[in-house]
Amino acid sequence: VTQTTAEYQPVFTDERRRRLDQILARYPAKRAALLPALWIVQEARGWIADEAMVEVAELLGLTAAYVKGVVTFYTMYHQHPVGRHFIQVCTTTPCNLCGAEGVVAALLQHTGCGELGATSPDGRFTVVEVECLGACGFATPMLIDDDFIEDVTPEKVAGLLQRYQ
Amino acid sequence: MGFPHKPHARETVVLSQHFGDPEARSYPGWVKRGGYQALRQALAMKPAEVIDVVKESGLRGRGGAGFPTGMKWSFMPKEKSKSHFLCCNADESEPGTFKDREIMRWTPHALIEGCAIAMHAIQAEVGYIYIRGEFTEPIRVMQAALEEAYKEGALGQNALGSGRRLDLWIHRGAGAYICGEETALMNSIEGKRGNPRIRPPFPAQMGVFGMPTTVNNVETITSVPHILNRGAEWYKGLSLSNPKSAGTKLFSICGHVARPGNYEVTVGFPLRELLYDLAGLRPGRTLKAVQPGGSSVPLITRAEAETCLLDYEGCVAAGTQLGSGGMIVYDDTADMVYQIMRLARFYAHESCAQCTQCREGTGWTVRILERILAGKGEMSDLDLLLDLGEQMTGKTICVLSDSCAAPVVSGIKKFRAEFEAYITGARKPALALA
Repeated sequence: VTQTTAEYQPVFTDERRRRLDQILARYPAKRAALLPALWIVQEARGWIADEAMVEVAELLGLTAAYVKGVVTFYTMYHQHPVGRHFIQVCTTTPCNLCGAEGVVAALLQHTGCGELGATSPDGRFTVVEVECLGACGFATPMLIDDDFIEDVTPEKVAGLLQRYQ
Repeated sequence: MGFPHKPHARETVVLSQHFGDPEARSYPGWVKRGGYQALRQALAMKPAEVIDVVKESGLRGRGGAGFPTGMKWSFMPKEKSKSHFLCCNADESEPGTFKDREIMRWTPHALIEGCAIAMHAIQAEVGYIYIRGEFTEPIRVMQAALEEAYKEGALGQNALGSGRRLDLWIHRGAGAYICGEETALMNSIEGKRGNPRIRPPFPAQMGVFGMPTTVNNVETITSVPHILNRGAEWYKGLSLSNPKSAGTKLFSICGHVARPGNYEVTVGFPLRELLYDLAGLRPGRTLKAVQPGGSSVPLITRAEAETCLLDYEGCVAAGTQLGSGGMIVYDDTADMVYQIMRLARFYAHESCAQCTQCREGTGWTVRILERILAGKGEMSDLDLLLDLGEQMTGKTICVLSDSCAAPVVSGIKKFRAEFEAYITGARKPALALA
């Protein structure tokens, strides 16, 4: 974890600081606001930089190393910048039985990402494979940013992507 | 009902009655459908009386373990010397399971009402609904419903004018299957890595923030208002098999079926009918294997499935478990070796890595299965996997490791010829090793 740099603009000012204070009131311990605070950082910045971990640690009375330990445990927190639109597609067994791997192939082709985890050259998309999105009866489900999309087939992929510029 | 399909005459629709009905999502819509009467009734009762009704009903935990709910509640200290907490487990992440998602999407107030009743029964002022981070829509719907419930006075400092403080909040997860394990869930609420805790102490003694805590699944909690409205006798009477298993259960049916969805049936319903008549196989296909309770339960064959009764005891008799009711169906086109490898990858990815048997065992299970699928396996690999499975069962802090072993061990025992075909070269490799 690196130290706060001069250019770093804090996340928790004004409205976001007020939101954090409201969240803190829900728990008997400050540390419990860590996951919600990290969500606020990601919502504001798109990912969670080391400097942001330092900021959150200071606000909640934790060490930056502790915060990093938590960030790295949970797969939904991004530890590096991702494309403008972040795509998570399920390929676990129930979806796999229904053709999820074909959806992944179509996504990699139409986004231009080429491989899983990579960002397209235009910075528009990042595609990752995720374990079970909890919508197995609506195979194949995917998340584009916060939009949960059901029943995706390889044929639907190109049309769906057009909504995300 | 078989959401997103029309209800089937053989279903017993209780929890799913309003799935697909957007009006039921709002507070007034829910009240119009009889909502919040059970909470009013509960708040007029002593906590111990509410627990007795739930005990009497025979309700058992719907998250997977099937522990009697009333008994779990009765483990909370009677004399309150510390804060008590309720945690509602909405981390639904077990592959094959998508029932809690639909409960939250369509009947958010049913869950809020159930949580409020449970909080009254266990003498908790504060409850947390732990929703997995990927459930963006259920989170939005639940958040809106919570705001309404506060505005209408069903929650807050003086819930429904009873003088009871009932505060309920959403805690959003961030992509860790293991946080559905109750002690990992509590750690996650506390702002820690989601590592399961050693028990004892049990949550009722030392749970979230070190305080007495009850953790219940969404479907379990949502059943409670119906039990108060219609009586324990009514619920207990809902059983097609044996008196130890009662009520209705949502089965999320997925994989190789014609009409995947959530089907609600009386406990003890024949698996055969649920699968063949309600969800249906795809045209021209035959059944190969089923996991009736999610990805963590042993695979059963067509013959075993056709005589299995869907209750806790019936599934055990068939060599599997009722689990979460997330039913994964494999027809004759399924490559069992590949799909079992895919399940093992899931567990390897989701292991919290605290226990050696799990951290190493899940990883090696994947590597051995991958080499078999790449045509580089040996016959001794099958015994190695079975041995590994034994070392991964019953030896760790939580059951994630056991859950990985269950489909692998049952898969090798029941579909050995498919594994051997990859090893002998009778079947072409399904993947290349990196």
